[in-house]
Amino acid sequence: MYLARGAEALVTLDEGIVIKERIPKNYRLQEIDERIRKERTRAEARLISEARRGGVPTPVIYDIQDFRIEMQYIEGKPLKYLMDEEMSNKVGQLVGRLHSNGIIHGDLTTSNMIFSNARIYLIDFGLAYMDSSLEAQGVDVHVLFQTFESTHSDHEKLIASFCQGYRKSFVTADDVIERVKEIEKRGRYA
Amino acid sequence: MKGTVLGIEGTAWNLSAAIVNEKDVIAEVTHTYVPPVGGIHPREAAQHHARFASHIIGRLLDEGRKKGISSSMIDGIAFSQGPGLGACLRTVATAARALSLGLDVPLIGVNHCLAHIEVGRWKTPARDPVTLYVSGANSQVLAYKMGKYRVFGETLDIGLGNALDKFARSAGLTHPGGPKIEEMARKAKNYIPMPYVVKGMDLSFSGLSTAATDALAKASLEDVCYSFQETAFSMVVEVTERALAHTGKKEVLLAGGVGANMRLREMLKIMCEDRGAYFYVPEKRFMGDNGAMIAYLGLLMLDSGSVISVENSHVNPNFRPDSVDVTWITDKDLEGDL
Repeated sequence: MYLARGAEALVTLDEGIVIKERIPKNYRLQEIDERIRKERTRAEARLISEARRGGVPTPVIYDIQDFRIEMQYIEGKPLKYLMDEEMSNKVGQLVGRLHSNGIIHGDLTTSNMIFSNARIYLIDFGLAYMDSSLEAQGVDVHVLFQTFESTHSDHEKLIASFCQGYRKSFVTADDVIERVKEIEKRGRYA
Repeated sequence: MKGTVLGIEGTAWNLSAAIVNEKDVIAEVTHTYVPPVGGIHPREAAQHHARFASHIIGRLLDEGRKKGISSSMIDGIAFSQGPGLGACLRTVATAARALSLGLDVPLIGVNHCLAHIEVGRWKTPARDPVTLYVSGANSQVLAYKMGKYRVFGETLDIGLGNALDKFARSAGLTHPGGPKIEEMARKAKNYIPMPYVVKGMDLSFSGLSTAATDALAKASLEDVCYSFQETAFSMVVEVTERALAHTGKKEVLLAGGVGANMRLREMLKIMCEDRGAYFYVPEKRFMGDNGAMIAYLGLLMLDSGSVISVENSHVNPNFRPDSVDVTWITDKDLEGDL
């Protein structure tokens, strides 16, 4: 069963296993294309399990081939349908843990968070990378706040409870929140 | 939209002034600073602009007169307020202020990056595109959303053109290096792996420039030029594609001097065809820095009330395109199917 199609990859579900396969790009040389797809597949799998080790629920990786990752299917509901202040606080704690471990998700939206078995899972690490800079963390949080604003009417409360949770699990949270305000002023859309 | 605007571009090496109305470019006069050796020297470029500003504006007004536009018919003076080299910007701003006061017409401070986009929307069928703007100093992927042109991705260090030029100089090629690199690349035989740096939606070229220089010790100039181009262009096309997917837009517009490169155009064309998007490139005179684009965006801004006083006309070398309120586009303009 077909789950999602992004700019980079196809995601399908086959007998309870999620398969994410990076598709070739005709505009670039085959040599570059294969190298990039291989590197990114490996990096994504590594970041998914590193986040897991850092206390952030993510899918378990079953196998990695050249351009494809086989991983656990998280059966549950996307957080965008369940968002409230309590959830947002939990999301804050998760993102704080992720950032404490030097990981930037790169595409934090409430569609990339699945509520399952009383836990929130983070999925789709396709744009994730390692970075401990304030700017990268700020942009990561800023992107999430923008989804709050575009999809949830009570976004101000959600942002406030996110910040509470974020502070709980991440020591330099206040610096990041300060940077988010600056990024908002810049109008930068990352 | 009505009116006639005189615009002056002078963010870097090209000094160019033009008179436009909503239909077309009435006249344009350009004088380009050419470094005797090496790359652009900011002070010398500014001195060049100071030396030739009154000369080119005089010639422009003469040409305007021949086409039936006297200086009293000019409704506003636009200038490139930034981003760019501080000394060059200040020189051009001084000329613009003098003209604005002398003719007693409004002054318009134009963002150079947005002028590249708007001239493309004017001179191609593009209506609401994702723009890839690649020049010497700038490399950005921009698209309009809710009152602003948002930057979806950009370089974290140097512009793509600058990376090409830096490498070209170290390889003994003269400025500007881009066209020479393109020619060399056509004769290449092998691809040499180079650093491909896309971070989220952002790009980095400085490591690539260094890696290409280092590769010259072991590989032919042709192969290095080819590998540099293939790597750098793949990076910018990838980010452009992501912005298309993210925004759901259906058009790509190419802008900036590096856009003259045929291989870059080819790659963008393939990407657009694969996604079912339209690809637009303005004619060459509107790709690099030109006075017409400044005058044209100046006209759009004048028409929508975005003018500045002389007191508030400071230049801004780091003028971000996403800080400008886009007064000249209403969401209604973009409605309807393409």
